[in-house]
Amino acid sequence: MDFLPTLWFILIAVLWTGYLFLEGFDLGVGMLMKVFARDEKERRLLLNTVGPVWDGNEVWLITAGGATFAAFPFWYASLFSSLYIPLVFVLLALIFRAVAFEYRGKVHHDTWRRVWDWAIGIGSLVAAFGIGAMLALTTTGLPLDANGDRVGGPFAWFTWYAVLGGMAVVAFCLLQAAAFLALKTDGDVRLRARRLVGRWLAVALLPLAVWAIAVAVSNGKWFSWVLLAVAVAAAAVAWAANLRGREGLSFLALGAFLLLGSSTIFSGVFPVVLPSTLNPAWNLTIANASSSPYTLGLMSIVAAVGVPLVLAYQAWTYWIFRKRISTAHLPEPHDFAPAVGRGDAAAAAAGGS
Amino acid sequence: MEALDIARWQFGIVTVYHFLMVPLTIGLGLLVAVLQTVWHRTGREEYLRATKFWGKLFLINFIMGVATGIVQEFQFGMAWSQYSRFVGDVFGAPLAMESLLAFFVESTFLGLWIFGWKKLPAKVHLACLWIAVCGSVVSAYFILVANSWMQHPVGVKMVDGYPHMVDAWAVFTNNTALVAFFHTITGALAVAGAFLLGISWYHLWRRRHDGIDTVDAAGRVVVGESDTIPGRSKLDHSVWIKSLRIGAVVAMIAFAGSAVSGDMSGKLMFEQQPMKMAAAEAACHDGTSFSVLSIGDLSSRDCSKVVAVMEIPGLLSFLAHNDFTTDIKGVNTLVPEYQAKYGTNVPDNPIYGDRAGQPINYVPVMPVTYWGFRMMIGFGGLAALASAVALFATRKGTVPRPKWIMRLALLGILAPFGANAAGWIFTEMGRQPFVVAPNPSMSGIDQVFMFTAAAVSPGVSAGEMIFSLAALASVYAVLLVVEVALLAKYIRGGVPSAMPELGHAPGGEGDRGDAPDGDGDDVLAFAY
Ligand code: HDD
Ligand code: HEM
Ligand code: HEM
Repeated sequence: MDFLPTLWFILIAVLWTGYLFLEGFDLGVGMLMKVFARDEKERRLLLNTVGPVWDGNEVWLITAGGATFAAFPFWYASLFSSLYIPLVFVLLALIFRAVAFEYRGKVHHDTWRRVWDWAIGIGSLVAAFGIGAMLALTTTGLPLDANGDRVGGPFAWFTWYAVLGGMAVVAFCLLQAAAFLALKTDGDVRLRARRLVGRWLAVALLPLAVWAIAVAVSNGKWFSWVLLAVAVAAAAVAWAANLRGREGLSFLALGAFLLLGSSTIFSGVFPVVLPSTLNPAWNLTIANASSSPYTLGLMSIVAAVGVPLVLAYQAWTYWIFRKRISTAHLPEPHDFAPAVGRGDAAAAAAGGS
Repeated sequence: MEALDIARWQFGIVTVYHFLMVPLTIGLGLLVAVLQTVWHRTGREEYLRATKFWGKLFLINFIMGVATGIVQEFQFGMAWSQYSRFVGDVFGAPLAMESLLAFFVESTFLGLWIFGWKKLPAKVHLACLWIAVCGSVVSAYFILVANSWMQHPVGVKMVDGYPHMVDAWAVFTNNTALVAFFHTITGALAVAGAFLLGISWYHLWRRRHDGIDTVDAAGRVVVGESDTIPGRSKLDHSVWIKSLRIGAVVAMIAFAGSAVSGDMSGKLMFEQQPMKMAAAEAACHDGTSFSVLSIGDLSSRDCSKVVAVMEIPGLLSFLAHNDFTTDIKGVNTLVPEYQAKYGTNVPDNPIYGDRAGQPINYVPVMPVTYWGFRMMIGFGGLAALASAVALFATRKGTVPRPKWIMRLALLGILAPFGANAAGWIFTEMGRQPFVVAPNPSMSGIDQVFMFTAAAVSPGVSAGEMIFSLAALASVYAVLLVVEVALLAKYIRGGVPSAMPELGHAPGGEGDRGDAPDGDGDDVLAFAY
């Protein structure tokens, strides 16, 4: 009877985890643009490591949202409307970030690039923090009334859990990005990225672990602790692999840590999808928030076809762009001389601005 | 203002804005794919140049569609939570499928196309573009299925006050959706056609203006060349004239397609949403005439002050019904019918807030529906007419000298954008006061409907909505300026702007091809 809603709960957890796993490193690379890259060449190198894939990664977020709407409309409606203000910031951040990726290199001018660099850096930070806060709140609860609407004003969602979740995702993204850069680049950037992973790994994973522990404690399921223990083991593997220069393994082990951490969290709260902090009777659960079996069945068929396909062609993309790149490969940026200026030589220069 | 009004303004603004990018993405994507296919088949350099140039503009626009699309996906939950709860069982499915089956395809394969120019075998690279473009078209289909269900709610039964999907086939083959899909794709092609036409015209005019191309005594073009300015070779003339021709033909065919699908759409609308049809015509009384011009106070909403000045007898009846004599119900007849079916007053339910118990106005805002309908057809027709004229004017291989004609050609790019926006504003506002419109002609399930006033998020305050509206609107305004400026820069740059290897780089720097080449072809994987 509850088979389909359970399946969809799992699938949505998978979509969110997939989102954090994939967009995690490109959000992190976005943030590192501002704090890690030392010069223009390195910034361009960083951008180009995620260039072919970031948009595909972002669709995981859109799909997680869309799937929640289709499978659990009440969850979607309550969560998104309660977090109205933070989500506006997430949207603005994602807008600026996307546009910046595409427009940054289109004009060769320092100010222009600097503005878009900030857009990428802050956009990535705000998006990661906002999504983290949202995920934390969906596992720890919001002040919802019987209809599932937020009470207590626009900032009633603000709790330490929101901050913890935001920090957890930001820190994880930064770490994952460093591991990704160590894997994808060569030369100085690679070495520095590797050093970064080694030095910060434990600190960066801590908030995520604290969040998982908080959920495990409050729900008291024995397997949460097992999952957590394995997660810690994965983190240790990541650290050791990084030390030995096995960057691929280290990146994947970090992914495993994320997967185990989010399994702890989602399995801990199951079958509640969004707790009400006011009255447990108003919790949204897989039973009272889900769509009809007919719709869930239809969506299951679509997902059974669609998800493997997506995984296959996205994996193929990563394979195509698997080679390491380095600043030595970067062609000099240069502008074009315009075919049509404003009729004189000055225009040729204007076209380059 | 109340939260409801702000939410509606916000939805209208961000959606119309999103739909400035969307038709260009769909239409131009298809045309770029065709150009690259021709290049692949014939190996002729001018098609490669055309592919690169139009492809660059396509990407500048595409990213804005992506960025604004995410807002669309989120705002149902954020601002319209009651709506999301009510329709989720049917409406969520096409939305989720759009992400899973279309957006993933679109974004992944476009990434491969952008970064894969020399990395992938030519055939695979071309296939990636086609797959990405198909993704766009499929996404249009799914979102229109969702939208059409709001116009024509099929395939559901009511369970505890909520529509539950019982017939997916009916939802996904909704006649309204199929027609709207056809209509939207043709509308998108009209946008792309006018875009090609206007910009190519500008470049051809520029070549004449600078004395590169001249005409002989018979008025036939003599193509010239300049070795000092990149992008002024003979080949580039051919890029522009071919693009211009293709654009003009596409715009004309697209308009014919719009007319056919629009006519089909009109017939469905008459059957499914008679009030929208009447409002589109500002038709107060029953009749058969299509109004060419009605004056008076259209906004009076009670029809007392509308004066029909010029009408074509029988045409309205034809639009709706395929004959010239069937009376089409006017507003004055429909209002009592709606009142009898759906009530005279807003139900006494707390979700309606202050509106509970107030009388319902079933007549949409008539100046908007009336003029929206006419602007859609008018702008579309104008673009088609201009395309025909352009084809004729350029039959000898180049464009006429006068500058003002060039300016008109550039201005003409806006016409199909206007037609698209007007069409949507008309469709969506003509549906009011319902967000899910009941269809009087349907039996059994005509009780599936929702008033817009009931759809907004109860927990979100007007202040929050004002904040988001102001933030989004100002960011959108800035980004529109940036996008247009960037497009203008690349348009002015001509082909070398997309193929730097053709240009003389200012510092004499080498192009992408001759950077130090560590391990093979990786250099070519850079695009940012
Ligand atoms: C007829 C076509 C059409 C219509 C009516 C809409 N869109 Fe759209 N949308 C597209 C056609 C499209 C597209 C052409 O497929 C875009 C433009 C750029 C892109 O990546 O896909 C797109 C982008 C796009 C994206 C970003 C996809 C990405 O990151 O790759 C989202 C989330 C949405 N849309 C969602 C919506 C929603 C919820 C709409 C309804 C209110 C909507 N769109 C109206
Ligand atoms: C195809 C997917 C679409 C869906 C699912 C959709 C859905 C909606 C919803 C939920 C509303 C808010 C409730 C309301 O005011 O009725 C709305 C309003 C509106 N939409 Fe759409 N819409 C779609 C496409 C579009 C497009 C492409 C445009 C224009 C380019 C558009 C223009 C508008 C406008 C102007 C309003 C405000 C109307 C008003 O409040 O009076 N819509 N639509
Ligand atoms: C003779 C020409 C045309 C006719 C008779 C026509 C008719 C219609 C009708 C009746 C609708 C409303 C559909 C509904 O409410 O369900 C509509 C909507 C629309 N029209 Fe047109 N139209 C024409 C030309 C155009 C052109 C040239 C464009 C754009 C270039 C365009 C773009 C749109 C759009 C975007 C919509 C809203 C989406 C939809 O419902 O399909 N139309 N049209």
